[in-house]
Amino acid sequence: MSIDTGTAAKVAKLARIKVEDDQLPALAEEFNRILGFIEQLGEVDVEGVEPMTSVAPQRLKRREDVVTDGGYQDKVLSNAPDAREGFFAVPKVVE
Amino acid sequence: MTELNKLTLAEARDALRKGDVTSVELTQACLTAIDGADALNAFVHKTPELALERAKAADERIKAGDAPAMCGLPIGMKDLYCTKGVASQAASGILEGFVPEYESTVSQKLQDAGAVMLGKLNMDEFAMGSSNETSVYGDSVNPWKIDDRKLTPGGSSGGSAAAVAADLCLAATGTDTGGSIRQPAAFTGTVGIKPTYGRCSRWGIIAYASSLDQAGPMTKTVRDAAIMLEAMAGHDMKDSTSADLPVPNFEAMLTGDIRGKVIGIPKEYRPEGMSEEIAKLWDEGAAMLKAAGAEIREISLPHTKYALPTYYVIAPAEASSNLARYDGVRYGHRAKLGSGDGINEMYEKTRAEGFGPEVKRRIMVGTYVLSAGFYDAYYNKARKVRTLIKRDFENAFAAGVDAILAPATPTSAFGLGEMKSADPVEMYLNDVFTVTLNLAGLPGIAVPTGLDSKGLPMGLQLIGRPFEEGDLLNTAYALEQAAGFVSKPAKWW
Repeated sequence: MSIDTGTAAKVAKLARIKVEDDQLPALAEEFNRILGFIEQLGEVDVEGVEPMTSVAPQRLKRREDVVTDGGYQDKVLSNAPDAREGFFAVPKVVE
Repeated sequence: MTELNKLTLAEARDALRKGDVTSVELTQACLTAIDGADALNAFVHKTPELALERAKAADERIKAGDAPAMCGLPIGMKDLYCTKGVASQAASGILEGFVPEYESTVSQKLQDAGAVMLGKLNMDEFAMGSSNETSVYGDSVNPWKIDDRKLTPGGSSGGSAAAVAADLCLAATGTDTGGSIRQPAAFTGTVGIKPTYGRCSRWGIIAYASSLDQAGPMTKTVRDAAIMLEAMAGHDMKDSTSADLPVPNFEAMLTGDIRGKVIGIPKEYRPEGMSEEIAKLWDEGAAMLKAAGAEIREISLPHTKYALPTYYVIAPAEASSNLARYDGVRYGHRAKLGSGDGINEMYEKTRAEGFGPEVKRRIMVGTYVLSAGFYDAYYNKARKVRTLIKRDFENAFAAGVDAILAPATPTSAFGLGEMKSADPVEMYLNDVFTVTLNLAGLPGIAVPTGLDSKGLPMGLQLIGRPFEEGDLLNTAYALEQAAGFVSKPAKWW
């Protein structure tokens, strides 16, 4: 399995990380080295083995689906790079 | 009395209760040590005013006869913990300027127990690294030094380890996803315990890989680890994976009596080409436990060699999902946009500028292994192998093994910059002895047991049964007593 620059560009796009075109060959090579290392897993016989979903053998706790806290609009917005009129502000999304 | 910042938690606690010293004096001694140690780059956000305020409050509590476990004890906090009103940025540029409006459960518990926070500690960015070289604050430096080179304190909790080893604080918090408490502890001659997954709440600790992350203490002694872990542990409704189990008095379990305990020695942890010094250290550790009355038994953990590749699928996969939240909208850095840039350009530029190379690498590897067509081949496969790795340990424990003794790291501390040109995979090999426990959710503790021929500390690792940290700490205590490791780095900073 080999990753080419096209695949590297696609992965960067999916991850929403801008990678300049001239950086793509190096990125693809890095992916190939890391994935080459991961390929070892192919040797393991996992016939009939369940994929792990939880490392601890306990059931997740349940609680009533009710509001337990809230009302902190100012605190929620206090770290925003751009907050206006009680909202997060972002560049135009729809024309 | 020795310099106050050099005390252990237990010594300082006892002195406080006897009235021999005040928390303000202890705190002041640490703050002075911190100000003289900028060369170590361990404390990256100092909070002296807050510390003295809390120290005064602790002294009042002690005077009033209300002194909980950690009352008045000055500690450092890894930058991964969200601390109300104090910068918390996981050593990342993308969280530049982020000041949480809330406190993580574990740091709140420590505060409630009276601990005094001195400031935030350096680490690898988002806890991704084994040398503290991926930090936006720059490298943290190991107080141990044998020549002109500056050595790594390990990672990701490198600042925590350096600060404890250099007596800048009495103890510190760390987190461990693949070895990030135990490897730096081993590199700095300190003690670090990663508790069982679920023992400490993860709420408010900036997430890397949620199914692997655990908080734990980094201390000067095993007794201190017992004291501090008890203060950090416990069920939390805000973390659905936190275990609803009583937290025992770990310190009371330190008897040093390990007669009749069965200690497993996993043969797969002795790979071809293992350094002779590590092998010798390991054999000596086994001999010490045997002399203390334990039975030493060779065991097999057959899937050990697949732990690292499994980790490097699961951890990046979870990271790619967890770190999707850093989008320049709600907190931290947002890139300056060009005219005509829309929301996608904002995301892409913000994340390209804010994340460092190792974090980007892991996010993208995670994105790849989760993408359509590869999910089964990589992610599901890794989750199945993870089941087998956990089963190896279950079989060993079912056969009567009480604890497992293994090396903590393949080498002692290496020089900062020496791995810079290396393949990322080479750096990953640092975690070869530690990562298995995170995958199996088990508790593990690194205990310093000796110096190598270069004069650098080396540690051994003990692995325990799930939620039996008390028994594990007691075995570690017996090993600590037998090894009698007392060396400290000579002050050069």
